[in-house]
Parts: sequence; structure tokens; C-alpha cells
Amino acid sequence: MSSSDSAASRPANPRVALFVTCLVDLFRPSVGFAAVKLLEGAGCRVAVPALQTCCGQPAFNSGDRETARAIARQVIDAFAGYDYVVVPSGSCGGMLHEHYSALFADDADLAARAGDFGKRCHELISFLVDVMGVSAVAARYAGTATYHDSCSGLRELSVKAQPRRLLASVAGLKLTELPGAEVCCGFGGTFCVKYPEISDRMVADKTRDIVATGADTLLAGDMGCLLNIAGKLRRDGHRVRVRHVAEVLAGALDEPAIGEPATEHAQARHTGV
Amino acid sequence: MQSTSHSFKDNARAAMANPTLQRAMGNMRHGFLAKRLAAIDRLPEFDALRDRARDIKNHALEHLDVYLEAWEAKVVSAGGHVHWARDAEEARRIVLAICQRLDARTVTKGKSMIAEEIALNPFLEANGIVPVETDLGEYIIQIRNESPSHIIAPAIHLVQDQIEQSFREIHTQFDRDRPLVEPRQLVDEARGVLRDKFIAADVGITGANFLVAETGSSIIVTNEGNGDLTQTLTKAHIVVTSLEKIVPTLEDAQTILRVLARSATGQEYSVYTTVSTGPRRPNDLDGPGEYHVVLLDNGRSRMLGTEFQDMLRCIRCGACMNHCPVYATVGGHAYGWVYPGPMGAVLTPSLIGVDEAGHLPNASTFCGKCESVCPMRIPLPKMMRHWREREFERHLSPAAMRWGIAAWAFLAKRPKLYRWVSGLTANVLGLLGRAHGSFRNLPLAGGWTLGRDMPTPQGETFHRAWARRRPRGTHS
Ligand code: SF4
Repeated sequence: MSSSDSAASRPANPRVALFVTCLVDLFRPSVGFAAVKLLEGAGCRVAVPALQTCCGQPAFNSGDRETARAIARQVIDAFAGYDYVVVPSGSCGGMLHEHYSALFADDADLAARAGDFGKRCHELISFLVDVMGVSAVAARYAGTATYHDSCSGLRELSVKAQPRRLLASVAGLKLTELPGAEVCCGFGGTFCVKYPEISDRMVADKTRDIVATGADTLLAGDMGCLLNIAGKLRRDGHRVRVRHVAEVLAGALDEPAIGEPATEHAQARHTGV
Repeated sequence: MQSTSHSFKDNARAAMANPTLQRAMGNMRHGFLAKRLAAIDRLPEFDALRDRARDIKNHALEHLDVYLEAWEAKVVSAGGHVHWARDAEEARRIVLAICQRLDARTVTKGKSMIAEEIALNPFLEANGIVPVETDLGEYIIQIRNESPSHIIAPAIHLVQDQIEQSFREIHTQFDRDRPLVEPRQLVDEARGVLRDKFIAADVGITGANFLVAETGSSIIVTNEGNGDLTQTLTKAHIVVTSLEKIVPTLEDAQTILRVLARSATGQEYSVYTTVSTGPRRPNDLDGPGEYHVVLLDNGRSRMLGTEFQDMLRCIRCGACMNHCPVYATVGGHAYGWVYPGPMGAVLTPSLIGVDEAGHLPNASTFCGKCESVCPMRIPLPKMMRHWREREFERHLSPAAMRWGIAAWAFLAKRPKLYRWVSGLTANVLGLLGRAHGSFRNLPLAGGWTLGRDMPTPQGETFHRAWARRRPRGTHS
């Protein structure tokens, strides 16, 4: 989709439903609030439908199609009536955007509803840039960051340039490219539960590359990857701060970075790093 | 070939604990990827060619019976023979019968994954016939008594020292102190050894990259020219191949060849592309006395018309495994059968059963890289997911996983209850872990916390915080 097409046909102040995602809900509400701030800043009227839980990926990717369908129906119902559904995750975004309609391939009505729903679903950062036409943010961040491209966002939703573009407008932030930024971090949802040792080895490769950049901050757009990467960096004693890209773009830095102890965070803020 | 796919986890563990293998895999990682990228950058129409390649194969598969029969008629009219083999056992017997009729003592072999699939070498050996692999990689693993770990680079799991050591052990005819440190020296030595075998061989066996219905030809691509020597110097050339290799015309094969080498090795074209049509004709200067094609099914026709049909488009370029982060971590042998990596994760359960190979389609993060590089646009993750669905339907997935999904689904379908449970979990974990920022151990997350911490939740769920902060209005 080209940005001008969608920008031209959209309402000036669209009604946007935030799909919070289960990981943001449970682990990191600050990402949800950062998303709301960015969306409202771009002129959206944001709502948070109450009847949401999860997008259904754990069932879908475990082969439990029936459960995935039940959850998909629930999500489509809960999010009816909004101009857009926005998700601070490429993985869940890909599920809503790409896979729901495939779940109902045998039911023309539902498939059409799911298809229409999918078209309204967007990953947060690409929505801001491609649909809302945002090209800069008014945030500040003191540090050097590197960015990991989460797989589904990158390959299912073409999220690549958008976060870099907005990060380039953050005052004080230096962005340094991560070699192998497009290589999977090994999270993989249920994969990290089923094959923890392989997953661990993959994230070790990822954190080795991150540390080698010399950046003090690692950003990405998906909580799954972020928990995985932050957990590995912590275990190995690296002080790289890990945040969801929305937090930095929204200037929402009050909370400690992912996996960071409150004390360390207070100290870092005190010394201004 | 005997499968060890069911012990994928143990295989993977052993592979990750093997420093030499890890070194070899590290070497592999970058070479292939950079070369492919450079080759594709030089060909702006690459993506359009991929579409055409996909369409050609789809068309051929839709009319497989028509094209196979047309091809067979052409093979016969060129003086060749076609042998249809339902399974590996039949295929092996057909090859043996031809060899025995010709009193063959040694056969030379070009690289063939179908020969691996039907475990041809051990069978020939058991029947007193000596098979000699002539592809350098295949030769190396043959003398080491190993199986290929990659479909185009069979010895990719080895480092050079290991190859040198094997040559010194096996090639006792040469000076013990000869230098074998340069790759070139290894190649030359192998070539010298193999030359004599080509001359001595009675039968040459190759695979096929394509079967061409229009002409009745088989086509192979190699970089060493060993295929040509294998098939031209012998009493008989036996092509062992499988039925999905068919394409309608030579031009179709040519189109697909343009994406094959670029995807595989980043070459514009393989060094040798050899088209074989029938045996030597009276006025030909060389060529085999007889030309046979053993056409293997072995479960492929069962894939037609199912959600796995697209897999039959595969041209065995290896790009999916070259780019697979799981393959790069565990190597090809961990997959436990002939076909590793993403293509193996889909194909292996189709050919030897999902009961045996159930791990393979599960051992993927669904990162999607394989599909993004596949020249034939095969939706590999989607088909792995289909296998997971079949496993789930048949209750083959592990009980703990099924139980976990059921418990989670029960909650996910009840938003109010879900809200309550997630709220409580966030509170408790937040309280417990806040000071440290992350957990080093966590009940039920044993696998995760083996090598990494689990970051602590912030303490309140988003939905609770939102209801508190924006009590009116937008929580509709
Ligand atoms: S699945 Fe695609 S990428 Fe993998 S070997 Fe086959 S053709 Fe190549």
C-alpha cells in the first residue's frame, strides 16, 4: 500500500482501536500508553475495546485451528466499527492483517469479514508513517541505539524504513545499524518453549551482534523479541538498555528499560545517561 | 536412509555441543547469503522470473500425468527406458537389476538426492557393487561414512582439517608428507583419484534437475563436470529421479535454471549444464550404451491435490536452508533424514510420515526468511503450520503443549476472567521481580531461564491501568 493512497482516503481524525496485545498488557503497559500518545498526537481518536485478550497466535501456530478461529471471531467482533485497528507488534499485526482471512477460507461470509477486518489492521509505527503521514516526532533520547527488525513486521507487513525514519527525528539519538538486523532472534512464540536450547543459541548470536555495535540501547517493535533479547543481555551481564521503539518515539522513559532493575534506572536517569 | 528425525531434539543438542560443527556452520553463514544477494542485485527481473518459474511448475503439476506420459514417449523414441518406481525398494531393485545384467562391478555416481532418499549406496555395496561418488562433497562424505548435511553442499558440516585428515587416511597411495593445506591441493588429489574410477566404471548414475517433456531429456547442473564424465563413459547411464522434476519444454527448464543457480550459489549459471537425451547414437563420438530413467514416486503423488502440493515445485536450490537461522544453529544432520532445513521440514513428513518427522515442522520460529528467498515462492511456513495442524488433530503433539494451549485458550475466550488472571499475575510477578528487573528462575519457564532471564512485568496490566487512568469514554 502506498502511503499517499491510504492517506488520501482516510478520515482526518480516524477512530482507532488499540489492540494492546497480551504481552504488552501483561509485561509492559507503558508501551500501550506510548502507543496511545503517538496515535493521539497524530490526530487519532483512540479507543481500547474491552473484550480483547490475545490475537490467537499461540493456538494458530500450534496447529489448533479451531481455537484460533474462535479467538479470531471474538477479535473481529470486538473491533467492529472502527476506522483502523492498530497494534504495537508486527507479529500480532501480521496475524490480524494476514492470517485471519486464511482461517476462514471455507466460509465465504466470515472470510470476507476477516478480509475486510485485516485491511483495517496496521502495525503501530507503519500506521503512523504510511497512513497518518507522520514524518517526525518531538522526542529526545540521549544515547546510541541499534534496531532489530522483528520477523513478522518485516516480512509480512514491510516494516523497515518507517521506524528508522521516525527515530531519525528523535533529538539526541544516534542510530547505528545492527549487522544481521533481519535475522530472527529465536523467540518464535511457542518455539522458545518447545525448543528452548535452540532458541537460546539463536538469541545468543543476536545479543553478540548487538553488543558488538557498541550501542547502549536496543530497540524493536515487538515485545516477544524484546523480552527474549533483554533476558539474554541481562543474563550475560550486558548493560544495553532494551526498549520498545514506541517508548522512545513517545518520550515515555519513566519506567525502567525491559529487564532493568528500578535502582539502575534511577541511577541512569540521575546521571543523565 | 534410516531416519533419526524423531530424535531431533537430541540431535540438535549434540550438534550445538560440537565446536567443530559450529565452526563449520559459522563459515557457511555468510558466503552463500552475500553471493546470492549480489547475483540478484545484478538481475532486476529476478522477482518476475520467480513468478514465471512458479507458474511453470504449477502448470506442470496440474497436468502431471499428461507431461509424464509425453516425456516417457520421447524417452522411448530416443532409445531410452523409463522405469516407474512406487517406492524406494522398487527403485533400488530396478537399479540393481540393470547393473547386474551388465555385470557391473563399479558404478560412478553424480550427486543425487534421490539416490540418498532410496539409500542406494549401501544397497549396491551389499550386492557386491562398488559405488563411487564423484561430486567432491559427496566423495568426501562417502569416504567418511557420513550422510549429506545439505542438499547442494553435502559436506558443509566439515572444516578443512577434517577433510585433510580423511584424505591422508584413505589415500595411502600418496606420499605421507605431501602438502594438503590449500583447498586446491585437496581438489586436485580427489580429481586424480577419481579420474581412474571414471575410466573403470561400468555404469554411471546421476540424478536430474529437470525432465523435459518436449524432448524426453534429463538435465543436470554441476560445477565440477563430474556428471558428464559419469554419464558418457559407461555402458549405461541410469538417471534416478522423481516425478515432480518434469517441465513441459526446454525453454521452461531454461527459465527455471536462471533462478536456480542464483538462489543456490549466487552464480549466474552453474558451470556445467548437461542435457541428456537417450543413449549414444550410431554416429555419436561418445555417450552411454544404454539410457535408463528410474522415476521415483515414494509418496509424492499422494501430495498432489493436498495443501502440500506446492512443495513439489521445489528445485532443491538450498536457499531456504542457507538462510534458515535454525539450520545454521543445528546443522543438517540434526534433521535426521535426507532433506534438512525448511524444505525438509515440509517434505520429510510427507515422505516418511509425520509420526516420525513431527519435530521438523515444529522446529521453526516462522521467521519467514525461507519463503522470502525461495525462488519457487513456496509458502514453507504455511505448510509447516499445516503439518502442525495435522499433528494436533491426530493428538501427536506433546501432552504438555496441548494442555498449555487448552488452559490458555480457556482464558483467552473469556475476557473478564482473562483480565482477572492476567491482572493478578502481573501484580505478583511485578512485586516479586521489580527490584531485580528480571527473574533468573521462574516456575514453568525452566527452558527459557536456562540461558536467559525473564524480564519482570511492570506490575499492573495495561487494561487495569487504562481503566484507572481513563475511567470514562474510550474503554468501549
Ligand atoms: S524450498 Fe525453495 S528455497 Fe528451499 S530448496 Fe526448494 S526451491 Fe530452494
